Amino acid sequence: MTFLARALMGATALTLVAGPALAEKLTIATVNNGDMIRMQKLTDDFTAKNPDIELEWVTLEENVLRQRVTQDIAAKGGQFDVMTIGTYEVPIWGAQDWLVSLNDLPADYDVDDLLPAIRSGLTVDGNLYAAPFYGESSMVMYRKDLMEKAGLTMPEAPTWDFIKEAAAAMTDKDNEVYGICLRGKAGWGENMAFLTAMGNSFGARWFDEEWKPQFDSQAWSDTLTFYLDLMNSYGPPGASSNGFNENLSLFQTGKCGMWIDATVAASFVTNPTDSQVADKVGFALAPDKGLGKRGNWLWAWSLAIPAGSDSVDAAKKFVAWATSKDYTALVASKEGWANVPPGTRTSLYENAEYAKVPFAKMTIDSINAADPKSPTVDPVPYTGVQFVAIPEFAGIATQVGQEFSAALAGQQSAADALAKAQSLTADEMEAAGY
Amino acid sequence: MARRVSTRRKAITTLAAWSVGFLIFFPILWTVLTSFKTEAQAIADPPLFLGFDWTLENYAVVQERSDYLRFLWNSVIIAGGSTLLGTMVAIPAAWAMAFVPGKKTKDILLWMLSTKMLPAVGVLYPIYLIFIQLGLLDSRIGLVVVLMLCNLPIIVWMLYTYFKEIPGEILEAARMDGATLREEILYVLTPMAVPGIASTILLNIILAWNEAFWTLNLTAAKAAPLTAFIASYSSPEGLFYAKLSAASTLAIAPILILGWFSQKQLVRGLTFGAVK
Repeated sequence: MTFLARALMGATALTLVAGPALAEKLTIATVNNGDMIRMQKLTDDFTAKNPDIELEWVTLEENVLRQRVTQDIAAKGGQFDVMTIGTYEVPIWGAQDWLVSLNDLPADYDVDDLLPAIRSGLTVDGNLYAAPFYGESSMVMYRKDLMEKAGLTMPEAPTWDFIKEAAAAMTDKDNEVYGICLRGKAGWGENMAFLTAMGNSFGARWFDEEWKPQFDSQAWSDTLTFYLDLMNSYGPPGASSNGFNENLSLFQTGKCGMWIDATVAASFVTNPTDSQVADKVGFALAPDKGLGKRGNWLWAWSLAIPAGSDSVDAAKKFVAWATSKDYTALVASKEGWANVPPGTRTSLYENAEYAKVPFAKMTIDSINAADPKSPTVDPVPYTGVQFVAIPEFAGIATQVGQEFSAALAGQQSAADALAKAQSLTADEMEAAGY
Repeated sequence: MARRVSTRRKAITTLAAWSVGFLIFFPILWTVLTSFKTEAQAIADPPLFLGFDWTLENYAVVQERSDYLRFLWNSVIIAGGSTLLGTMVAIPAAWAMAFVPGKKTKDILLWMLSTKMLPAVGVLYPIYLIFIQLGLLDSRIGLVVVLMLCNLPIIVWMLYTYFKEIPGEILEAARMDGATLREEILYVLTPMAVPGIASTILLNIILAWNEAFWTLNLTAAKAAPLTAFIASYSSPEGLFYAKLSAASTLAIAPILILGWFSQKQLVRGLTFGAVK
């Protein structure tokens, strides 16, 4: 065999070995929900356009994912190239330079098309640190038939007093119909997401401008007393262990007159395959108390790139694809407009086809009614509607949530729960150096 | 002389044993039943026990969405590897403690057990950093080592208990016949302790198979075992109970089958030495 032939065989073998390694592999950490799973199914479109990029998925339950990506990014583990994170993490991680800025996404991405409230929640010092995959607020979902039977009409923008009146009129405990279903399960993303947003509408706030906890204020007392009274009188039994899924089950099986929760639930409760009340659901804005703020939150599951990733350019291509207008059109063509990820782009809400989706208008109105930069009636030193964008918040709010959940379970009074919340928050904040 | 037991008493005892067994098994049965329901049937109130339209839809969805065999293979390697490695280390250790005890043997045994008293999360960060330095994150070999270390105290304790039941004189006789230490452990001690070793191996495979803390924290895509497979179907925002049940059923099926076929050995090993 000549030297040339050997050299050619060697080169061919090397090419064969090196061939598969040419494809760049992206590891994407994501949560398990309908929109994310749909995206995984549609990624052939991305890999067809980018044959040199392979995708690997790590799908985890939301709280496990949050802990895993926090751990990985803090320790610079470099396990993920794209992370699914929320509006709580982005301001904190962006400020720490843990995320790659997305200011240089291509012009056809049309960053100005992102909804201002959502974009603002994902921007730190002028840098967009995450691209929103879907956005959500919270709103009132109610049974139109029960409301009619009660002789009431749900306004488009109800007050808390109306909600209480309607809950009383719709409750029929003998037939296991409860006027109102709200979150009671302890957790910063569970009952505290709801109660913090509700507190905003009652004029409550977590901290004053000096970072002093405010659970000893009249506004918090009014919030918690109203919530406990509403739930104890017209809520389902065992509500202190109800989160999103438990309330979704109750509503879908016809046991709730009203449910105030994430706008993303609208597609579930109106889906006739899973919901027994699909054709009887109406929507309204989250309630207010006449103080200028509504009790709705703002959240966006977003795609971000950790600063330790070795594949930043490929990751940017993926993030741009998954959050683009083209992706929206792709989902619409394959699965219909009702299944398009909501709440991220202005153009979606200008689309005549999407406008026909029954919950589209209320979703965008709810998102626009939330302002993460000015979430409360009185001024505060923090951003975030249903959270305070500081690293200590998740731990503190989970403890406070346990106190409030215990109050709902009847284990302590509202005054005791608030006193404990005040004390533990003050201790934690002092220990954190505030 | 054996005590006479009346038929009535026997029937009551049997019924009680079956009731307790059914109670313990019920969550698994319910998971399996739910895996054959639609999502709407899974949340029906009152709950549906058997009277529902059985469907394989959830299994089809799980198969379509996840590469089950990859997760299964990782579980087999991690659980099998850690148990094998742990047993290889534990047999000589337990032999030494059982047959050549020193002044501090009891203290060492207690110290080993005390490592199980520390919550795993207490050492998560140091181990995570070590794994980053050694390039072991998301690797099967890393998990084999960690799970071996986690279960080693249990393996040593179990083997020590079994070895203590074996008369030392038999080993002495082997030594007098000229057996080396290796031969003594391999050809005399091990065959006599087979039921104990078998049950120790089986129990540790089950423990390693079900381990969810380290397997979720130290893996991402490549080395993720069936615990990560189950976790990917859990969601606080969306009803995935039927799909989650299908994923759980697929994850526990192999270990359930293994346990079913080896139950004789398990029971024999766990009751080894109970009657003298």
